Amino acid sequence: MATDLNLQVAGIKDEYKYGFRDSDDNYAFKSGKGLTKAVVEQISEMKNEPAWMREFRLKGLETFLKKPTPTWGGDLSELNFDDIRYFMKATDRQGRTWDDVPAEIKNTFDKLGIPEAERKFLAGVGAQYESEVVYHSLREDLQAKGVIFTDTDTAVRDYPDLVREYLGTIIPIGDNKFAALNSAVWSGGSFVYIPAGVKVDIPLQAYFRINAENMGQFERTLILVEEGAQVHYVEGCTAPMYSSESLHSAVVEIVVKKGGRCRYTTIQNWANNIYNLVTKRAVAHEDALMEWVDGNLGSKLTMKYPAVYMVGPGARGEILSIAFAGKGQHQDAGGKVVHAAPHTSSRIISKSISKNGGRASYRGLLKVTDGAKGSKSNVVCDALILDPASRSDTYPYIEIDEDDVKIGHEASVSKIGEEQLFYLRSRGLSEAEASTLIVSGFIEPLVKELPMEYAVEMNKLIQLQMEGSVG
Amino acid sequence: MLMSKVLRIENLRVAIEGKEILRGVDLTIKQGEVHALMGPNGSGKSTLSYALMGHPNYEVTGGSVTIDGEDVLGMEPDERAKAGVFLAFQYPTAIPGVTVANFLRHAVTNVRNPERKEGQDLIPMRDFRKEMRQEMDELGMDHEFARRYLNEGFSGGEKKRAEILQLAMLRPAFAVLDETDSGLDIDAVRIVSEGVNRVSAKHSTGVLVITHYERILTYIKPQFVHILFGGQIVEEGGPELVKQLEAEGYDWIRAKYPEAARLAAELEASQQDQGVGV
Repeated sequence: MATDLNLQVAGIKDEYKYGFRDSDDNYAFKSGKGLTKAVVEQISEMKNEPAWMREFRLKGLETFLKKPTPTWGGDLSELNFDDIRYFMKATDRQGRTWDDVPAEIKNTFDKLGIPEAERKFLAGVGAQYESEVVYHSLREDLQAKGVIFTDTDTAVRDYPDLVREYLGTIIPIGDNKFAALNSAVWSGGSFVYIPAGVKVDIPLQAYFRINAENMGQFERTLILVEEGAQVHYVEGCTAPMYSSESLHSAVVEIVVKKGGRCRYTTIQNWANNIYNLVTKRAVAHEDALMEWVDGNLGSKLTMKYPAVYMVGPGARGEILSIAFAGKGQHQDAGGKVVHAAPHTSSRIISKSISKNGGRASYRGLLKVTDGAKGSKSNVVCDALILDPASRSDTYPYIEIDEDDVKIGHEASVSKIGEEQLFYLRSRGLSEAEASTLIVSGFIEPLVKELPMEYAVEMNKLIQLQMEGSVG
Repeated sequence: MLMSKVLRIENLRVAIEGKEILRGVDLTIKQGEVHALMGPNGSGKSTLSYALMGHPNYEVTGGSVTIDGEDVLGMEPDERAKAGVFLAFQYPTAIPGVTVANFLRHAVTNVRNPERKEGQDLIPMRDFRKEMRQEMDELGMDHEFARRYLNEGFSGGEKKRAEILQLAMLRPAFAVLDETDSGLDIDAVRIVSEGVNRVSAKHSTGVLVITHYERILTYIKPQFVHILFGGQIVEEGGPELVKQLEAEGYDWIRAKYPEAARLAAELEASQQDQGVGV
């Protein structure tokens, strides 16, 4: 993409630009630190939930307490579950227009450019601040077609049958410790329902903002794409910098029915003190297409492996993952594809960049079950290491129980070449400009998959990450 | 009238990994002049070009390089480009994912506005594109070429043409062409040479053609010919020197400068061991 990096970054400083914070003194509710049955019950009570949802939460809590903290991935030893507030409500209201949103919070989203993006190129917007969604809108013509785009709390009240039918079926409570935690204390997130045959041609976006220190944000998203329907959902996330850590642990469940298409794009730009431990999984039915586009730039530790289970013949899954690990960051990202039906096909492309001692790991699973004849999969992971202090690892797991398959796997690790830098510098580019150009070229095959606005955003974020990395 | 600039190389000594390759090179090029630097393998021709451009692996151990008296050796490679030095690489490096156009727009912006700070606007897309297309037409290049990733999967001829396209767009005061003719068929040599001549005539570029074949010099006609051998310039003259080399080869040079011949043979051997050019 020939976007002008220099133009985009005019005025950007080399600090984390989204690190501003608001006061949390006037919040409508703050839970105490730590997780107990009382906290879970209080959340359920405040949300006025039906008994089944309360039971779901309590089962989540029980499972969470039983399961050990995983040790196979990033370092979680400093994550203190007792030092986190599991529920914080900044306001009692949810706006349908930005004028309904309390001024201070609206101001935050203004700074993040959300209302402006909404006017320009989005079909709907959800904005979550701490535990709850403070703003939600959907274009009227889509409402008329039966499209639902709301927060998950509202969905439990207004569409209980749909929520009950699917919630926790794609990612069961006991899937992993953090899915269990989310099941216990979840709040907010998006509920999206696209009726059969309806194609939503421009993206729906959710924006997640953590504001307070030691905050835990646990949104729960459920996306249902009916037969032949189509949607592109985008999420972005930021938080202020604090001296102590916060936790973001979301669960995203997606069902794409026969012939449907869903693309889920994440541009994760958490501050570098956030543990980002997220479970995302989609089920793709016959001839359905599920695409994850996953950009991870921020956080202290991210562990996230978006998954596609292809359960119907001809289903397709694509995972495009970009990870950027800077100083003190570990991006443990990748993807999982499970071929559970014949003639399914998948592709995982992962690009990671590590610099200033950052660590980027690719962790992926490719599984083909017995009987998934004629399935195809291709996995490509490329790592770019910018300096000797940085690190990259690859953990590809492959389980094939069917003979009639075509599987490709390639991995490469490269360093920014001295010759590449010299070549560009001999043409008048500074060392920083040359490095940035090389990095933007490295991720270009993925960035060009993004809609224009997000491609610009991604290049901007990469530029920001690159600043101060040399010289 | 613009003052014509002078690039002056005096007693330049350059080492790679502690091993001295150039042992005192003197060469002066005025804008608008065409010089040829010839010599057999291992004589230090590529070392001179890399050292002029400021490659970090080439350590200058003595001497000076100046443009109108201003020190070049203290400059970073990008500062040298802005000061008007251009090197057409023998082996241009591929930059995957970066299009020719995007790269060139950055380069042209920086070189033409040396005072520009990072983050300030690039030259306007419309003007840039128009100019680039004109130059591509002159070089017989398809406009699609601008959208390809820089030097990635380029044929030998495409790489060299891309170098000359950069030369044409950057309009340097001094251009060093490092074996630009190597690996090219006769038509490609002609097209590339015509490009160099055009740029040189238009912008009064001082050209240093590095080659060990005479072929390219039938198209780019040098006024001054220098023979580099064993890290020093051993013979200088006019076009007649090219004729002499064409007729007699380098044997008479080897016979005349036995000490340099010994050094050159040694360097050529180590070059083959390491697979790198000197």
